[in-house]
Amino acid sequence: MSTPPTTAPLVESEEPTQLQKVARYLINHPHVVLIGVLIVLILVTGAIESNYLSFSGLRNSALFAVPIGVLAAGQTILMLTGGIDLSAAMIATGAAYVAANQSPKGAAIAIVAGLLVGIIAGAANGIGVGVFRVHPIIMTLAMSGILLGLFTSWAQTIFSGSTRMGDFIRTLGGGSIFGRTLPWAVIVWAFLSLLIIYMLRRSGFGRTLYALGDNPVASRLSGLRSWRVLVAVYTLAGLLGAIAGLLLGGRVGAVDLQLANNFLLPSVAAAVIGGTSIFGGVGTYTGTILGALILGVLQSMLTFLGAGQAIQQMLYGSIVIGLSWLYTRIAAAQ
Amino acid sequence: MTGNQSLLAARDVAKRYGPVVALRSADLTVEPGEIHALLGANGAGKSTLVKILSAVIPADAGTISVHGRQADIRKPGDAMAAGIGTVFQDPALIPDLSLEQNLRISELDRDDVLPWLDRMNLSHIDLDLLAGDVPLAVLRLLDLARALARDPQLLMLDEITAALTTDQADYVFELMREWKERGRSVLFISHRLGEVLEACDRATILRNGIHVAHLDLAGVEESALVTAMLGEELVEKVEAAEEEPAVLLDKEMTARPVVLELKDIRLRDRVNGVSLQLHQGEILGLTALEGQGQNELFQVLSGDRRPSSGELHVDGERLSARSPYDAISRGLAFVPADRHQALLPQRSVRENLAIPLYNRARRWLSLVGDEEERVEQAVERLTIDVRAGRQVQRLSGGNQQKVTIGRWLASGFDTLLCFDPTRGIDIQTKAQIYDLLREIAGTGSAVLLYTSELREIPLVCDRVLIMYAGRIVGELPAAAATEEALLTAAHGLNEEAAI
Repeated sequence: MSTPPTTAPLVESEEPTQLQKVARYLINHPHVVLIGVLIVLILVTGAIESNYLSFSGLRNSALFAVPIGVLAAGQTILMLTGGIDLSAAMIATGAAYVAANQSPKGAAIAIVAGLLVGIIAGAANGIGVGVFRVHPIIMTLAMSGILLGLFTSWAQTIFSGSTRMGDFIRTLGGGSIFGRTLPWAVIVWAFLSLLIIYMLRRSGFGRTLYALGDNPVASRLSGLRSWRVLVAVYTLAGLLGAIAGLLLGGRVGAVDLQLANNFLLPSVAAAVIGGTSIFGGVGTYTGTILGALILGVLQSMLTFLGAGQAIQQMLYGSIVIGLSWLYTRIAAAQ
Repeated sequence: MTGNQSLLAARDVAKRYGPVVALRSADLTVEPGEIHALLGANGAGKSTLVKILSAVIPADAGTISVHGRQADIRKPGDAMAAGIGTVFQDPALIPDLSLEQNLRISELDRDDVLPWLDRMNLSHIDLDLLAGDVPLAVLRLLDLARALARDPQLLMLDEITAALTTDQADYVFELMREWKERGRSVLFISHRLGEVLEACDRATILRNGIHVAHLDLAGVEESALVTAMLGEELVEKVEAAEEEPAVLLDKEMTARPVVLELKDIRLRDRVNGVSLQLHQGEILGLTALEGQGQNELFQVLSGDRRPSSGELHVDGERLSARSPYDAISRGLAFVPADRHQALLPQRSVRENLAIPLYNRARRWLSLVGDEEERVEQAVERLTIDVRAGRQVQRLSGGNQQKVTIGRWLASGFDTLLCFDPTRGIDIQTKAQIYDLLREIAGTGSAVLLYTSELREIPLVCDRVLIMYAGRIVGELPAAAATEEALLTAAHGLNEEAAI
């Protein structure tokens, strides 16, 4: 459709009411809302169980948030391009499984082997999506099935043997520095967070992720070669999945093929809560971090209330659906 | 009130897409038993009006009456029930279904359309073919047969003849006349003024979304229609430019090095052997009626599509682009007409301007050091209003268009390929963009400019090529590029302008 000249005003001239101003401020600063929600949840949880409002109580929530936050980092960077990784939990499990199996050979080999699982599976996802144009949902769902099959059969053959994580990885996943105060896992997560926030805000690669998700046609006409971006970002997401798997496996100690099963939905939920659009082009990792922390507190609250895994998963599912609807409404209203 | 007898009366119909006004306030009255032309330049709002009348899109304001009674037309089915049948500008057939399956979706049988296909000399067509495998012209005629099979009171034809050969178009005119004899009406949209004058009784002319004239076509000259369609507001600027010609002499230009050369470029049946040379510092205009292969030609030049045959040379070396990246890295920068193809709507002005800088992986690790300065320079040079710059989609159309050009100022280029860069923007911004193009050419870059704004060609171009049916059919120095000369050549009629 061609369009005729317009002299339409740039900015609406109507004076907004006080309420509209507040609403607009909150819509433009979603992190303020998320921090508010986080604080309210912490206080509510404290009201349910007064012991929670202590260092160790909050520490538990943070520890639970770590694998979600790291997995959700992968989901965030993929969702920015309009993609998603449904194999993230399986990649995490596979990486942890291989690392546990290789642990007798030393921490370095175990970690490298575990991360390689993520890099290889992620690169395969990237080639499928970027080069062969398979839809991300199909590609990563199928990859998840393939990985489960592979590791199930390998568990009896090439990966029979140790299912216990080595001490170094266990310290990383569950240990703390300064006595029992600061968990190593949180330090690792904080370090990764800085890298990812830098990447999204201050790097050319970050720019290409947002561009590709916002308008693939415009990106192509600007000279972006989407397959390169996609192979790189899916590989990076695979690597992040593997890191999440190692941290989770290190915390649990013994690894089985159900290790990260329950973390797929929360990893998507954390990104969605943080305001990352599943349609691409919009989102920040800061938001996702807050989303992961909110889920960590929620998990503590549900545990105190005696709600099991089943109820938690239902809640995560409802959150994803509800917020996706809400954000779409807000975007439409703008 | 005469509206009581009218078959169709639309009053004050308005439509805007976000900040862009497609129709300001359009009136249209079609009487029973007439063939009524709806005329206007590209972007005047013709297709928007047709889509509103057939309820494909809702109007923002206005009333529509059929047979004097206000019609409540909310969805396409309502329009059909009210007796309005439409053949849209683009074929409304699903490419992965067979022709017969497509008919069945519209609740029609092959027996319903066969008599009409017969009249268009298409009775032999195999209805089991997939719609995607059938040539465009046949699809257009099938669309027409489908519309006729519903026996509408008012048949609306949006640019149906653009893709048809002369004999196919003649079948359409014959059917239109027959429809009129039955006391029914036709609303006919075409850029070919000759056929409009021949076939139509009356005309409504739209300009910039407003009806500017309702004419009886008996005894009207083509030039009068052209004036009514294009308006007078730029005459002063044209006259000023004629006094002080910005163009270089032909000899001087041909002595300059050729930066871009096309040798017999072909693409399917859309581009049929285009050769041209673009010189350093030259602004070469290209114009054509809609659908003459210009879109496809620019797709090839921008690296978006590979030509079926022919060669592209940049600075004397062959360019065989597999993607736009290859063309961009050889200095060809493409500005598409459709801003939706160029902009990252949810990202900032800065990110939009800087994005081509990051199409090489070696720049992925950080931001380009002078990104901010490059962006600021582009913003200043184009005077982009960045008050709403956090999201480009909140900018006005003119500012958005500036961003699509500013992107290449920020990232660098040798040759600018502009496809109708002033379509749908205000006059002030238009003038600004033309000044910028002259400035760019002044610094030694070259510009290939496709434009549908005929009267502005002498303002900005050094010479102009006219394209028709996938070929270059004429070349004129800018000084000789009057609207009449361009229009006749663009209709594929003028032998004198041909080379």
